[in-house]
Amino acid sequence: MSPKTLYDKIWDAHVVHEDADGTCLLYIDRHLVHEVTSPQAFEGLRMAGRKVRAPEKTIAVPDHNVPTTEGRDDPDQMPEDSRIQVAALDRNAKDFGIHYYPVSDVRQGIVHIVGPEQGWTLPGMTVVCGDSHTATHGAFGALAHGIGTSEVEHVLATQTLIQKKSKNMKVEITGQLAPGVTAKDITLSVIGETGTAGGTGYVIEYCGEAIRSLSMEGRMTVCNMAIEGGARAGLIAPDEKTFDYVMGRPHAPKGAQWEAALAWWKTLFSDEDAHWDKVVTIRGEDIAPVVTWGTSPEDVLPITAEVPAPEAFQGGKAEAARRALDYMGLQPGTRLSEIEIDTVFIGSCTNGRIEDLRAAAEILKGKKIKDGLRAMVVPGSGLVRAQAEEEGLADIFKAAGFEWRLAGCSMCLAMNPDQLAPGERCAATSNRNFEGRQGRGGRTHLMSPAMAAAAAVTGRLTDVRELM
Amino acid sequence: MDKFETLTGIAAPMPLVNIDTDMIIPKQFLKTIKRSGLGVHAFDEMRYDDQGNEIADFVLNKPQYRETEILVAGDNFGCGSSREHAPWALKDFGIRAIISTSFADIFYNNCFKNGLLPIVLPQEAVDVLMKDAEKGQNARMTVDLEAQTVTSSDGEVFPFEIDSFKKHCLLNGLDDIGLTMEKAAAIDTFETGAAQARPWV
Repeated sequence: MSPKTLYDKIWDAHVVHEDADGTCLLYIDRHLVHEVTSPQAFEGLRMAGRKVRAPEKTIAVPDHNVPTTEGRDDPDQMPEDSRIQVAALDRNAKDFGIHYYPVSDVRQGIVHIVGPEQGWTLPGMTVVCGDSHTATHGAFGALAHGIGTSEVEHVLATQTLIQKKSKNMKVEITGQLAPGVTAKDITLSVIGETGTAGGTGYVIEYCGEAIRSLSMEGRMTVCNMAIEGGARAGLIAPDEKTFDYVMGRPHAPKGAQWEAALAWWKTLFSDEDAHWDKVVTIRGEDIAPVVTWGTSPEDVLPITAEVPAPEAFQGGKAEAARRALDYMGLQPGTRLSEIEIDTVFIGSCTNGRIEDLRAAAEILKGKKIKDGLRAMVVPGSGLVRAQAEEEGLADIFKAAGFEWRLAGCSMCLAMNPDQLAPGERCAATSNRNFEGRQGRGGRTHLMSPAMAAAAAVTGRLTDVRELM
Repeated sequence: MDKFETLTGIAAPMPLVNIDTDMIIPKQFLKTIKRSGLGVHAFDEMRYDDQGNEIADFVLNKPQYRETEILVAGDNFGCGSSREHAPWALKDFGIRAIISTSFADIFYNNCFKNGLLPIVLPQEAVDVLMKDAEKGQNARMTVDLEAQTVTSSDGEVFPFEIDSFKKHCLLNGLDDIGLTMEKAAAIDTFETGAAQARPWV
């Protein structure tokens, strides 16, 4: 048998049918659904008189629109259009008999945090969702990627997707990370190295000692942003950490099935002499705490650097950099650590897990946020929130001056009332710094939770190592 | 789905790289539960000021580009979110084809589900077509999907590659779900086998 990558193995285990030209019908093990990209898909099913083929493999949770303030069970808290979308998901989940976590359920949260937390996401699975950050689930060695609404409808109706296989790319992070450097710094640094289109046409497998050393939470952060690097999906081979995380979760296998599952999961790694179409290697020791300065995730630099000049870039990127600096209100040559901020946002499917809140709280313990700053923590799920309260993290955040919110996507994409005003500058732990992403005219700097906490204390972008 | 065979129309230049789906259709317009009516919001924050007035400088607001059917765009068009609202908005505006050196994966796939043709060409070809598009409404390009060519207003022909299955579906306006439903027996067989091999799924 020829050597295979992890991606090859998962792919081969899910091919229902292959045409002569290589177009495949791929079976989907888990379909996650949220309120924004699904209404038109359910409407399509109704119009065609179709059912959901595998409702037991379909999980829905509202996250994008939902308010993160207390009392949100009251639908009047939501603007009418948001209320209609959430009500549509309520009804669709009921009518089609799919698993559902409404806002009133403590297990509600961001779909990519709820899936792993509840044990829906398991190694070796195919996982899709009408959301680009589905890549998150790749941390479990699951082939997971975002799809559009037409494909959501296709999966609902057939439990399959029409796909062609991507190429294999290996991203190896060798050695160990320095103190103050986190999974977020890894994933942003990889994008800085390869560019936002560097992964287009590929599925990335992240490997190497620095990746192995990460917790499951950290691995989810790394895979989450595979999409920002242009890749269809990001993967990390499952190991003992993965199995420990999964074991005992509500929808994880139990007893004899657990043993059978484990036996298969242990075969899920890339064979030693497997073929890679592209290889990128980065020394873990070379990665610094980073921040973004522009309006693309590839606009990333170590916090010790300066805002670059547009002339430093080639081709169309020079004009894009000029536009980005204008939008961001920045001058070339300004030290990144001198950029003052107005707002801090800690949360999102990238960094809204318990470990992220612990890292931020560690920096904030016994400190206050800078006067006049607005700062909020939005836990990724109701369960993350509850755990953080139990561990005393919520008290640290509140004492420091942070707002302690309910779970949702919140200011990552600002579909709910959590938005930036024009010109407002934000230190954010989310995944996109696009123009208008966090609110029209809002200025986003992406970074790790510890870096965002440090920025909250000083009121400017800050090297977290100074506060450690 | 609408068929795509040939198209001759006005092309607009959008040389900016990394035009993301937040730019194509900002989040405040994702709260719809319909697919239609998004064209008026396409490129909203580039196209309108804070008061909702048109920004005269924006290419699609210029008189010669108001009937644009083809976009010639910078690298990595459609990056970011999976929102299919992006191709819905472009289609509703009247765009039928987009030419770039590269497209983000999910956006690229979403186009084909909506009768929109994304065309990948090498940098040199995109450069020529970008210049051609800058000529305005007198520069009408032709896209021929069957022949897999783009012809500039000067008659220069650029061949492009496209997946044969995607081409077939677009030429014939085929509905993916209907096609897959024809393979229901194969899905049944797979499910039976998978239930034995991986009963925990």
